[in-house]
This record gives sequence, structure tokens and C-alpha cells, in this order.
Amino acid sequence: MIETIDTSLIDWSRAQFALTAMYHWLFVPLTLGLGVIQAVMETIYYKTGNEFWKRTARFWMKLFGINFAIGVATGLILEFEFGTNWSNYSWFVGDIFGAPLAIEGILAFFMEATFIAVMFFGWNKVSKGFHLASTWLTIIGATLSAYWILVANAWMQYPAGMAFNPDTVRNEMVDFWAVALSPVAINKFFHTVLSGWVLGSVFVLGVSSWYLLKKREVEFSLASIKTGAIFGLIASALIVWTGDGSAYQVAQKQPMKLAAMEGLYEGGNGIGLSGIGLLNPGKATYNDQADPFLFNIQIPGMLSFLAERDMNAYVPGIRNLIEGGYPTSGGTAALSANEKIARGKKAIKALSDYKTAVKAKDTEAAKLHRAALDENFDYFGYGYIRDVSELIPNVALTFYSFRVMVILGAYFILLFILALWFEHKDKIKDMRRLQRVCLWSIPLGYIAGQAGWIVAEVGRQPWAIQDILPAGAAISKLDTSSVQITFFLFLILFTLLLIAEIGIMLKAIKKGPEEITEN
Amino acid sequence: MLKPAIIQIYRFYLEGFRRMTWGRTLWLIILVKLFIMFAVLKIFFFPRFLGRFDSQGEKQEYVSGELIERAITP
Repeated sequence: MIETIDTSLIDWSRAQFALTAMYHWLFVPLTLGLGVIQAVMETIYYKTGNEFWKRTARFWMKLFGINFAIGVATGLILEFEFGTNWSNYSWFVGDIFGAPLAIEGILAFFMEATFIAVMFFGWNKVSKGFHLASTWLTIIGATLSAYWILVANAWMQYPAGMAFNPDTVRNEMVDFWAVALSPVAINKFFHTVLSGWVLGSVFVLGVSSWYLLKKREVEFSLASIKTGAIFGLIASALIVWTGDGSAYQVAQKQPMKLAAMEGLYEGGNGIGLSGIGLLNPGKATYNDQADPFLFNIQIPGMLSFLAERDMNAYVPGIRNLIEGGYPTSGGTAALSANEKIARGKKAIKALSDYKTAVKAKDTEAAKLHRAALDENFDYFGYGYIRDVSELIPNVALTFYSFRVMVILGAYFILLFILALWFEHKDKIKDMRRLQRVCLWSIPLGYIAGQAGWIVAEVGRQPWAIQDILPAGAAISKLDTSSVQITFFLFLILFTLLLIAEIGIMLKAIKKGPEEITEN
Repeated sequence: MLKPAIIQIYRFYLEGFRRMTWGRTLWLIILVKLFIMFAVLKIFFFPRFLGRFDSQGEKQEYVSGELIERAITP
């Protein structure tokens, strides 16, 4: 892609960022999910005055606290990386990325930090109502925090509400609400937070089932399973809805990602959704004659419906997106990748010429070059693409990750229904097989969340910012070895944190809710 | 009025920290983690790449130069 940048530097920078983001995402979803569940339990205590619910809420609050403490500030490392490893990107987007992150820091973080102290220290010291309000405000703060981070991420997937200033070489925010309320951000927020709710529910089911397996804390476990399963079922129903919204947004804004998610090389009208499929590893290029699938069972017309709300609508495949010429929703013929690359090069050349004209104080020439830049800026990032195949993300990783996420999502719905049904029938406490299934579903909750992020992030490659900045242009010119060193440093640090979390969590679970007396 | 409230909040936190049991371990982990992040990683491994330039103008020049240079010229 880039002549002056070693491709291994691009790969290591990507790997380093992926590693830190994925580890960070081990802690965040449980905070979001378990936080709401414990708040619901405390609300029941507030309403009923039943000490059992206080004890139950406090136990889950303790596990919430362990997860929160180990995970807190791990996301800051991503910000370190922006400044060091992704300096071109940081400069290029600074004004837009800075605003959501600043709001996140000031509003949400301080909200969390203030009320979390009352939540943990305030039992029996503040009124029940004030304590309950603090618990809810802590989790609302954490959720708002996630919102602003996801707004920043959504902007990278769908840059909106900005204008490029060639004098500062920065994108500047011209419409805050277009950034904060972009349809991609809204969908991403609900879908991501709900995935945390599902994980929290699976976690509660799993830990409670462990107690049932050990024939301990039966009343506590049954009440927790019931609460977790109801909450999980509601979250799962909503996640199906937001998943549909996310797929629609991907189809509209990132069609290449959708094509990769589906292993769709050849588009057309009335395209089916791949239900169960195995990709053909022999498919080497987008335009060879090899069948993309070894086998593929499709739901007819469903991809067209998900993408365009019309069973017979046109959905472009990878080859169509590269070669262009297919009809767009606006009625025009889509540009080919080569045409986009040509426009991208024009935009970069125009930026270069504009800079030269400004230095020479040639205002007329500067005006002309500025106009050429504005005209072609939507394709700016394509100017860095050397070969059209670079525009295709890793199809296998995106395709299979998407299926892992969806299949696990469906599995969780079944699990919640079964748990709720057998709890209702008063049978679950004797169903050791189901208890084991619930326990061993905890890691699956994490795998589903990670798979979702792989779809979102691998599927949008090569872009750091969709269409306007590829990863290769976004990274800093560093020694690859320095990125490798920090990659392994993070691997060690985060692994130690994870071991600490699991160790402390297991210790707290083994002690059980009976031990809850102090913080 | 304000002073007693501040003292009350101070005592609330003080007592909360004093009565912590398992929370002490977590605070220790948080502090060690923050130390590693800010005193080791940030200082020795994550200096701001553009921090080598003194002014905004120099940073702009550098980034625009990089963005233009990295593109494949026709």
C-alpha cells in the first residue's frame, strides 16, 4: 500500500491496537451488564424491604467491583497508542475524536467515580433511596461512558459532521449532532451495550449454577437465575432488533464489510443470507473462477431484505464493489475501485498543490486546488491504495466471526428460555446437566462479544477512517521493533490483570454471599 | 454550612476506606496498574510522536508532508 512504510509496521500497529482493545473489552461488557442486574436487584430490595435481596445485590455488586477495579483505565492505553503509534490519524481527526472523548472523561467518568463510592461505602450510612440512586447513577455513568467511546468509533466507520481543513490538515467538526447522533453511533451503542447485558446475564446464570452444582446458596441462586434469565431474554430480544439495524447501516455505509460478512463475491438482486456455509480456501482472488463456498445453505432473499428492506433488492458483492458499474440506490452507476483510487490521488495531489500555492501566496491557484480537493475528498484515502485487492478485508475472519456471534446469540436465547422455564417449574436445582451448561456458557459470552468486534473492525479494513484514511497512512513512522516490544509488554500486563481478576473473582465466588459484610 | 458537609464527605470516604477488606487488594492493584501505565509505559514507551515539534505549525507541516509523501504519486 505505502512505499515509505514497512507493511510489517502496519500489521504490528494493527495487532497492538487489536490486542489492547480486545483485552479492554473483556472487562467493559461485564461492568455494563452486571451493573444493571445488581441495580435491578437492589431496586427489588428497595421496593420490598426484603434483606434477602440486599444480600443478593451486595454479592453481585462485589463481583462488579472486582471487575470494575481490574478493568478501570485499561482503555487509556488505547489513547496512549493514538498519540504514539497513530499520530497521523490523531492529528487528522483530533478535533472530532477529541470532543466525544473529552465528554466521556468529564461527564461520564466523574459521574461513575462519584457515585461508585456511595455505592460501595454507603450501605447503612446513607438512606436506601440515595444508595439506590447512586447505584443506578454509577451504571448510567458507565453506560454513558461507553456511548461517547462508541460515538468516536462510529465516526471512524461513518465519518459525518466534519469538514477537512487543508490549512491545519485536520477534519473539523461542523455539526456536533451529526457526529453524536449518527445512525451508526446509535445502533452501535445499543447493540454493544446490549451485548454487555447478555454477558452479564450469562455470568449470573453461570455463577449461580456453580452454587447449585455445589448444593450451596440454593435460594440465592434460583432468585439470581430468574433475574438473570429474564434480563438476558429481554436484552437478547432487543439485540436481535439492534443487530438488524447494524446490518442495515453496514449495508448502506460499508458495503464491502457486508460482502465480507457474507462471503459474497458476486452480487445481484434477491440475494440470500448465508445460513450455514464453509468458505472455499482455494478462492485466491476476488475475480478468479473458484466458487467462494465449499457448501452454502442460504435463506432466499434475506440478505437483500436485511440490506435494503426489499427481498428483491440489489446487493453488491466484492467483485462488483471492486469493478463498479452496478446501479446505486441514487440511480447512478457505482464507481469502480480504480476510479476511486484515481479520485483519491487527485485529492492528495490537490492538497499538495494547495500547500505549495499557499506558501507561494498564490491565492488564485490555492482556490483552484482547494476546489479540486473538496470535490474529491470523499475518496481521499483511496489515493494510498496501490492494488485494488487491498480494499478487501479478511473475508474468512469476518465471515466466521459473524457466524460465531450470531450462533452464540441464538444459543443464549435458548439458554435463557430453558433456565427460566425450568426455574419456573422448580426443576433447575436438580438439573445438573443444565447447570453445567450454564456454567460453561460464561466464556461463550465473552467469545460472542469479541467476535462482534472482530466483525466490526476486521471487516472495515484497510480503513482507519472509512474511505478517507487507510491504516497505512494513519500510523506513525516508528521502528517495527518498538511496536513489537510494546505489543508483548501489553500482552504480559493484561494477562497478569486477567489472572488477577479471575483469581480474586473465584475467591469471592467461593466465599459466597454469606460472607458479604464489608466492602 | 459548607464546611460541615465537606467534613462529613471526608469522614464518609475515610471510614469507607478504613473498613475495606477485599477492597484493599483491589485498590493496590489499581494503584500498581496506574503506576505501570503512567510512570513506566507512558513515559518510556508512549511519548507523543508529534511532541518533538514545538509549534502547531510544525506539526501541521509534518503531518501534511507525511500524508502527501505516503501516497503513490501518478
